[in-house]
Amino acid sequence: MSGPIHIRPDETFTLNVGPQHPATHGVLRVKMEMDGEYIVKAETVLGYIHRMHELMGENRTYPQVLPNLSRLDYLGALGYTHGHVLAVERAAGIEVPERAEYIRAITVELNRIASHLFWFGAFVMDLGGFTPLMYAIEDREYILDMLEAVTGSRLTYCYYRFGGLYNDVDDDFIAAAKAFIPRMRKSLKKYDALVTGNIIFRKRLEDIGPISAEMCRKYGATGPVARGAGIDFDVRKNEPYSVYPEFDFDVPVYHECDSLARYKVRMDEMEQSLRIVEQGLEKLPDGPIMPKKAPKLIKPPAGDYYQAVETARGSFGIRIVSDGTKNAYRFKLRSPTYSNMSLFDEACEGMMIMDALAMMGSLDLVIPEIDR
Amino acid sequence: MGAYFSEIFLGLKSLFIGLGITFKEFFKPVVTVAYPYQTIKMSERYRGHIELIEDEEGNPKCVVCGMCERGCPSGCISLASESVEYEVEVKGEMKTKKKKVLTKYDLNFTTCSLCGQCVESCNFGAIKFSKEYNLASSRKEDFHFDLLNRLKERNS
Ligand code: SF4
Ligand code: SF4
Repeated sequence: MSGPIHIRPDETFTLNVGPQHPATHGVLRVKMEMDGEYIVKAETVLGYIHRMHELMGENRTYPQVLPNLSRLDYLGALGYTHGHVLAVERAAGIEVPERAEYIRAITVELNRIASHLFWFGAFVMDLGGFTPLMYAIEDREYILDMLEAVTGSRLTYCYYRFGGLYNDVDDDFIAAAKAFIPRMRKSLKKYDALVTGNIIFRKRLEDIGPISAEMCRKYGATGPVARGAGIDFDVRKNEPYSVYPEFDFDVPVYHECDSLARYKVRMDEMEQSLRIVEQGLEKLPDGPIMPKKAPKLIKPPAGDYYQAVETARGSFGIRIVSDGTKNAYRFKLRSPTYSNMSLFDEACEGMMIMDALAMMGSLDLVIPEIDR
Repeated sequence: MGAYFSEIFLGLKSLFIGLGITFKEFFKPVVTVAYPYQTIKMSERYRGHIELIEDEEGNPKCVVCGMCERGCPSGCISLASESVEYEVEVKGEMKTKKKKVLTKYDLNFTTCSLCGQCVESCNFGAIKFSKEYNLASSRKEDFHFDLLNRLKERNS
């Protein structure tokens, strides 16, 4: 093309953010109608990497679907497999030994910290700061090393089994986790000074990107997005599962509704997860990690089962309709980012594009989990 | 006016705090590994692609029960076997018996999700995870492993 493009002052133009855009952390396309730098209307287009996980859950046996669940969200994979094993265990009535439950809680919380750390780095990078990402990745690497030593893989874990775990944790893991907690606490202080106190960072986020509690309810947003809007809801507290009632931890809630509130919720959550890991390591009972009579063939009795868990991104629900055969009749996943993303269209109307992208970053998107 | 100066002061303060932290980090020991020249040891439970385990005579332990093939969610294992006759002595008498012998164990690593179902479902301890991770190629044929062949090569 030659010659400059002339846009009349009253004219809007369409801007495509994505499908491959560094700010979207995956294959997401947002079609934005722009008036200069302001967004008039935004439309999220999903489905570029859809992989039919739900259908796969229907034509494969229950154990065969296990590895799929960790592919939903590669940053916080354990939370999703946790939901699946809990749902099937409840459906099929499988007892889980206490030690296995504790190890699950410890590893899930470590995974949550790893996920939040990566989000923290990527979020600051969205806003133009690169160094914090490097620091966050270094801390996260400690968690990945620990989890690799027990689960055998670094990101897409397939560690939980119906009734227990694939294998037990060893003393090295416990020692490493114990050494990690003070290290992480120190790092959190460092992040606080480096990022939270930074004036540029604050000016980019404070009072910008409002997501009200009302909007969260309308679209079903959960997790840190809802908690940043003053909704005190955490599946771990409100519908306790596994051994969470045994732990003493708080649910951070902020009422500012802006991007900074969501940031603060996640930073505080890391501290709470550390507390859970600390208590879990202390209370970790001895014993088996699989029940004595773990069924080889899993055939839950006919019925409708639902189980929700709190993952790093919010409430993840899994619904299994069983007809008594070895694979599910209906397998439906309710993934948190999908609802968190749906409110973006409405929330970003009238915002500047850079602020909207900062808000998108504060939603903590992982697209494969939407396009499941 | 006062707000103007206090903002400048706050900005400078947060700038120096940030610079101080990065300066301190600068003198910390390096944590990265110069990859092709240095490698790290894989953890005990690291899952690479699967590998057959041999018995004392160097034959695969596999009895071709097919559990791994059926358990695999991605369908990346394909087996073939033939039955051979062999003679055993039962109470002084020679009897011919049949048994299955593995003739092909193909792993299509391009679709393997490294879930571990195959190793878990094998009741005969005939497969394990290898520690290999330096697998890079631009041809997908390089990831179709003939595990039986690999076993023979290991033994020779
Ligand atoms: S690890 Fe899983 S996907 Fe890979 S061959 Fe074994 S069962 Fe199949
Ligand atoms: S499960 Fe084990 S014994 Fe059976 S076919 Fe597979 S490798 Fe062979």
